[in-house]
Amino acid sequence: MPRRRFTFTGGDVKLRIAKEEREMLRGLPDQLRRLMDEEPDDPAVLRLFPPAYRDRPDHEHEYRRLMGEDLRERRLAALAAMEETVDADVLTPEEASGWLRALNDLRLVLGTRLDVKDDTFDREVDEDDPRAQALALYGYLSVLEEELVEALAQGV
Amino acid sequence: MTIAPAPVRADDPGLDEVTNPDLPWVVIVWNDPVNLMSYVTYVFQKLFGYSKEKATKLMLDVHHKGRAVVSSGPRERAELDVFRLHEHGLWATMEHDT
Repeated sequence: MPRRRFTFTGGDVKLRIAKEEREMLRGLPDQLRRLMDEEPDDPAVLRLFPPAYRDRPDHEHEYRRLMGEDLRERRLAALAAMEETVDADVLTPEEASGWLRALNDLRLVLGTRLDVKDDTFDREVDEDDPRAQALALYGYLSVLEEELVEALAQGV
Repeated sequence: MTIAPAPVRADDPGLDEVTNPDLPWVVIVWNDPVNLMSYVTYVFQKLFGYSKEKATKLMLDVHHKGRAVVSSGPRERAELDVFRLHEHGLWATMEHDT
């Protein structure tokens, strides 16, 4: 049986992630933060800020004005939580929630960039595919998130 | 959505299952190819307090029909739900239920 990276302990989440995996994760929150800062109109970044109203531009404008900055701050807080606890052995519920949302945001941005579809992983990715490395990272983050969801779902 | 542990096909609850006619705004979650099925189910449980069964049913509706109404209420309440869904990376919109 593969060892669990995340174990729910009735509140906190125990973390057992290999050193080399932590090294890979370490720089990701900052990469996303920079992308949000420097390329706010990149379609991958816009995926993190979807419209609330599809056919009411007036309402949408108001929603954006009232909530847009809050949404951005929540995203940055989640990235910071993951970044600050990347070497931790135990996550508080708040930190675990930050990891979950940060991992999901990283996958949303990467998945949008890679134009991931429902069937992208039905076949083995060709190693000559220029996207191979990024797809492998996306796949790894998906496994990590799935494991964290499994742990956290025990607490709801 | 993606990576499902062989989901059990639930009965079709219809899109209006959680719609209350007195509360005219509905919150809709749309299918996307990135969010994990397990994650979407977890988010519905966590944000709305839905049972595992109800959350799974709504998640499968999103997956198979492309969208599901996940909550309804006055406009301010619906906006807050949309905000929390956006915070969790789900593709949510709201509209006036006429």
